Amino acid sequence: MNDNKRFFDELRGTGDSSRAPYANYTEWFDGEDIRDLNRKSSEAENFFRRTGITFNVYGQAEADERLIPFDIVPRIISASEWTRLTRGIEQRVRAINAFLYDVYHRQEILRAGRVPVDLIARNEAFLPQMIGVEPPGGIYTHITGIDLVRTGENDFFVLEDNARTPSGVSYMLENRETMLQMFPELFTKVKVRPVSDYPTNLARSLGACMPVNASGEEAVAVLTPGIHNSAYFEHAFLADNMGVELVEGSDLRVQDGKICMRTTRGYRPLDVIYRRVDDDFLDPLNFNPDSLLGVPGIFDIYRAGGITIANAPGTGIADDKAIYSYMPDIVEFYTGEKAILQNVPTWRCSEPDALSYVLDNLEELVVKEVHGSGGYGMLVGPAASKKDLALFRKKLEAKPGNYIAQPTLALSTVPILTKAGLAPRHVDLRPFALFSPRGVEITPGGLTRVALKKGSLVVNSSQGGGTKDTWVLEGD
Amino acid sequence: MLGKTAGGLFWMFRYLERSENMGRLIETGFRIALTHPGGDEWQSVLQTAAAAQAYSETYDEVEQAQVIDFLLRDTDNPSSVLSCIANARQNARLVRTALTREVWEAVNDSYMVLKARLARQIRERDLPEVLGLVRQQAALVRGALHGSMLRNDGFDFARLGTFLERADNTARILDVKYYVLLPSVTQVGTSLDNVQWETILRAVSGKRAYSWLNQGKATPVGIADFLIFDQRMPRSLKFAVGKIRSNLRQLESEYGETHACHETAERMDRHLQTGRIEAVFDEGLHEFLSGFLFDIGNLGRQIEADYRFHG
Repeated sequence: MNDNKRFFDELRGTGDSSRAPYANYTEWFDGEDIRDLNRKSSEAENFFRRTGITFNVYGQAEADERLIPFDIVPRIISASEWTRLTRGIEQRVRAINAFLYDVYHRQEILRAGRVPVDLIARNEAFLPQMIGVEPPGGIYTHITGIDLVRTGENDFFVLEDNARTPSGVSYMLENRETMLQMFPELFTKVKVRPVSDYPTNLARSLGACMPVNASGEEAVAVLTPGIHNSAYFEHAFLADNMGVELVEGSDLRVQDGKICMRTTRGYRPLDVIYRRVDDDFLDPLNFNPDSLLGVPGIFDIYRAGGITIANAPGTGIADDKAIYSYMPDIVEFYTGEKAILQNVPTWRCSEPDALSYVLDNLEELVVKEVHGSGGYGMLVGPAASKKDLALFRKKLEAKPGNYIAQPTLALSTVPILTKAGLAPRHVDLRPFALFSPRGVEITPGGLTRVALKKGSLVVNSSQGGGTKDTWVLEGD
Repeated sequence: MLGKTAGGLFWMFRYLERSENMGRLIETGFRIALTHPGGDEWQSVLQTAAAAQAYSETYDEVEQAQVIDFLLRDTDNPSSVLSCIANARQNARLVRTALTREVWEAVNDSYMVLKARLARQIRERDLPEVLGLVRQQAALVRGALHGSMLRNDGFDFARLGTFLERADNTARILDVKYYVLLPSVTQVGTSLDNVQWETILRAVSGKRAYSWLNQGKATPVGIADFLIFDQRMPRSLKFAVGKIRSNLRQLESEYGETHACHETAERMDRHLQTGRIEAVFDEGLHEFLSGFLFDIGNLGRQIEADYRFHG
């Protein structure tokens, strides 16, 4: 089958001329020399290396810092497309927060029978310690990074709701900086909405969620697992751009009912911690006792209103892959509206009928671990070898409850620059939404991940994916 | 500022200074070996670099190519140029939020450039170029620091690291070479053999400056005076301690807090302000330098504790 017919290309659509959002860009591109652009492209790589925008790959001791490849062709979204997306994202973020408040309080949705009790009660992502806890400002997910894919002119699907500690926002910002440096003239030709306000908005958004017992200083810090974490660059980047301290567990301790950080002048109280440490490692006294990354007793201080933790502990129950399939119900239950963004049809392998369907159609489906993340431990049926298929068949039969399956989506393509010119590659999109008592703020843009290998549908950076700058236009 | 961040800045600049000093020591050793073959200059370089012990654990003989490789690019040697620059960059990553983009990029660049250049053993004929590169990279980071960093506590901690390392380095060079100066001290005014004082002055990039100030006449007392008491010489003990004292004073006024380290620095500074080279020779140069090295080590530990670098 012809790739161009089967997949929606965001540059060409179904015809041969550029779709409207790409018109100005194409006009510019046609006047450029491919060799010059390829040279620019390697300049971009140098730029990233110098800036230190790297990520560490787990399980690779040597070359522990790698670059995520950057493609210089932007992914372009029109104003009206974006408006529709943001309405859907806002609806979803509000529903997720209402759902979280509910499952940790009255559990109306379980009583109403819209979500099975077992799915919550037996879920590792459900944090019983959070029952009855009032998060400051009523906010659970201060930052959400919802993964979207497109399959047609008007078809957007939510692939995943990242409600724990979504990463990638530094790439959104640095990709734009890079483009501004490399192609300043393009930005006078094409009116692109800026993304650079994100750190300021994040700081303001976090500052609007002071705990009950606040210090009066509005002291915010970013908590990182440390220099060896795969996203350390991003943690440092965000702290730097917000103008707040970047702390590790070893810099913090409990003092007088507050979390305090060790400064050159003694211990100073903090009010908000934007943590990039998983729930499990947050507090060895309350969660994983072996954790060296967290702060002993931080959860007790949280419950007593001494600190705001963003995102709140226990948000994982909202982006769990088994919960995902209930999201259309969840959105409707709390907002009274139909979900604006579609869900991908999902087979829950814990259900015998679904399991037998999945086993019968394995070569057509994508199988994901319920608790996995980042493209680890996943099977893409159409691209898998016989051996992989057999292996997953065994896994599914052994522990069906660990897996969900989805149809292989016809992910849209956006061109990348190759030596020979433009070539279509599959993409997804992760916009970032901030939520505070002031409302939902969605930065016009996001992280576009692109599968650089021809025909590949896996966009994860750990699996050979790259990124693109994402442009949201002022107009259509 | 976080105590950890202060410590990171302090060590980042200590390591940068150390990489530069190490490069200069290698340069000196190489130069002397070329112009005066048959000497045991490399042994003395290893001693000055405080690397003689570590070296002898790996190698049986002191041989030029091995010593150079060990001091330049052996990552098992924590003081090699490559280890120092890697450590400086690691600390820079740790304190990324306290650095300007310029400083970060300069140190990251240095690391990438030197790591690439030092990936393989350096041929003798390439050595001058490589050592020039080491010096140049250190200058770039220093320039970025001066041109772009706020003059606040972070800057003070960076400078404290630089000058503590520098004072330690100059004192160590003198201490290893004091026997060169001592035998002839009785004949004050007589000229030293070229090679002896050349080593010392080259190791602190002070040969030309000294000649210029002394019309080319080198005496043991003159050289020791230059390296200990000359306020104009940016690698002298007096200069380095003066800088340490003034950065500590700035911290004192910014924070409104006085610590044990302030008292130590003031005392060391007073000692150098009022000291005379003749008295140092009377007391014994080695005794004086041992005392100084002890004080400098102590001061470093006090700064770490007073500003809570560690938990």
